Amino acid sequence: MNDLTSGLKRRRATDKVATGVVYLTALIAIIPLVSILIVVFSRGIAAINAEFFTSTMRNISPRREGGGIFHAFIGTLEQVGVATLIAVPVGIMVAIFLVEYGSRGKLAAAVSFFVDVMTGVPSIVAGLFIYTCFILTFGFDRSGFAAALSLTILMLPVVVRTAEEMLKLVPMDLREASYALGVPKWVTIIKIVIPTALSGIITGVMLAVARVAGETAPLLLTTFMTQSLNLDVFSGPQAAIPTFVWDQIANGTNPSMDRAWAGALVLIVLVAVIYIVAKVLAARFAPKSK
Amino acid sequence: MAKRIDISDLDAYYGNFLAVEDVNLAIEPRQVTAFIGPSGCGKSTLLRTLNRMHEVIPGAYVDGKVAFDGEDIYAEDVDPVNVRRLIGMVFQRPNPFPTMSIAGNVVAGLKLDRGRKVKKSEFDDIVERSLRGANLWDEVKDRLDRPGAGLSGGQQQRLCIARAIAVQPQVLLMDEPCSALDPISTLAIEDLVRELREDYTIVIVTHNMQQAARISDTTAFFNLAAVGEPGKLIEAGPTQQMFSNPANKATEDYVTGRFG
Repeated sequence: MNDLTSGLKRRRATDKVATGVVYLTALIAIIPLVSILIVVFSRGIAAINAEFFTSTMRNISPRREGGGIFHAFIGTLEQVGVATLIAVPVGIMVAIFLVEYGSRGKLAAAVSFFVDVMTGVPSIVAGLFIYTCFILTFGFDRSGFAAALSLTILMLPVVVRTAEEMLKLVPMDLREASYALGVPKWVTIIKIVIPTALSGIITGVMLAVARVAGETAPLLLTTFMTQSLNLDVFSGPQAAIPTFVWDQIANGTNPSMDRAWAGALVLIVLVAVIYIVAKVLAARFAPKSK
Repeated sequence: MAKRIDISDLDAYYGNFLAVEDVNLAIEPRQVTAFIGPSGCGKSTLLRTLNRMHEVIPGAYVDGKVAFDGEDIYAEDVDPVNVRRLIGMVFQRPNPFPTMSIAGNVVAGLKLDRGRKVKKSEFDDIVERSLRGANLWDEVKDRLDRPGAGLSGGQQQRLCIARAIAVQPQVLLMDEPCSALDPISTLAIEDLVRELREDYTIVIVTHNMQQAARISDTTAFFNLAAVGEPGKLIEAGPTQQMFSNPANKATEDYVTGRFG
């Protein structure tokens, strides 16, 4: 045994054990994810048909089969859409402020602190805030818009944080190159910094969208739910997929349970589609070298 | 179109730290002026004060006067953006815009700066003229729409030079443009600097004394007394004289490789 070979067996054994542990934990982590997918698919597929996508639950008693998710699908699209329209521009502008303008100031430190706090706000608290502020204090009716506002509160910190991280990754070199060409700072931010970071920002935005698409509690407080189609996001109760699932489970009848599983399946597929779209867009906008 | 720069009583600070102290120097038009000196002597800092890039760093500021053809670029009513339009810069590391094509990089300054009234129809000519000016045209003319980040390091640096001259500045500042490049690319850039000298006032910072000797007309030597002390201009003069018969002992020690 000499210096070059000493300890080799032991090191190889350690390597095998460590590799094994890592693989095992990865497998364990996958089990719940895969089992959720399998269960939701196998149970949800039963109630999936054309009618399920095109009809509402209006005048469908819980004991009857049939009816559908159309009203809830539209509700989710509108609420999440409005929330995205508000949260994305505001979130990106906050991130621009934090990275490009306020990097050392007290205001930036305060904003950054509150964004961190907002990240940890439970979704029902966001719902309660909009309920007390927007509905009780200002006297607006329950509406899909109120729901969208509560979803905005949940999206904002995610958008700000991811956009901030992505903007920070843009090398200072590129900003300087632009300034040195006589390009003003705001044009540099819009035309150089944002496009360079766009791919990562899109991924962050889509993950935030996927997160709030499944929120239930804030919707119950702000728009409650309905069995009918309500296209107007600004007035009256509006359905959404998560509250649809919640309502059907509460009914407890067999046809309702089938609809609940089908609703859960639609929600999972919707989130998956959002995620795939995000990946495709991110790849398209990523800086290329070939 | 080349213009002269007169630096007088210039101090450059990073916050409370005085990085460059009391520089007085004239930079002649249509000449290559080289800044040499050991690391930390403030030559890059001084270069960046010449187009007001120094103040981009938080807390950095300048005290003194830099006259661009007689006009102080640090006067209160001067917009730093206008200064940078006239005084272009090439950086140590090649930094093409990663989201843009080769052609897009060349005309980036014209496209992004709305103060410049250039018609889109002229862009093709400008791309060709600038890339030819940077000795890169023959290598990239068939792939102008490919990403600029796909080029080699030396090509990227020449692309950055093309980008800088596309906006037709009066002065070109180069901050160690060859330090990240291989010898062949370095040679290409040096040839280019010699050609650009016909039209531009060029200031180049370099760690490579042979390079300074090869391409510059005037050399300015900077030194610092000790780490933490401000950098100062020790002496400046015609390059030949600076390398053969400098007035100052420290300059002689540096150019003959005895320290630094």
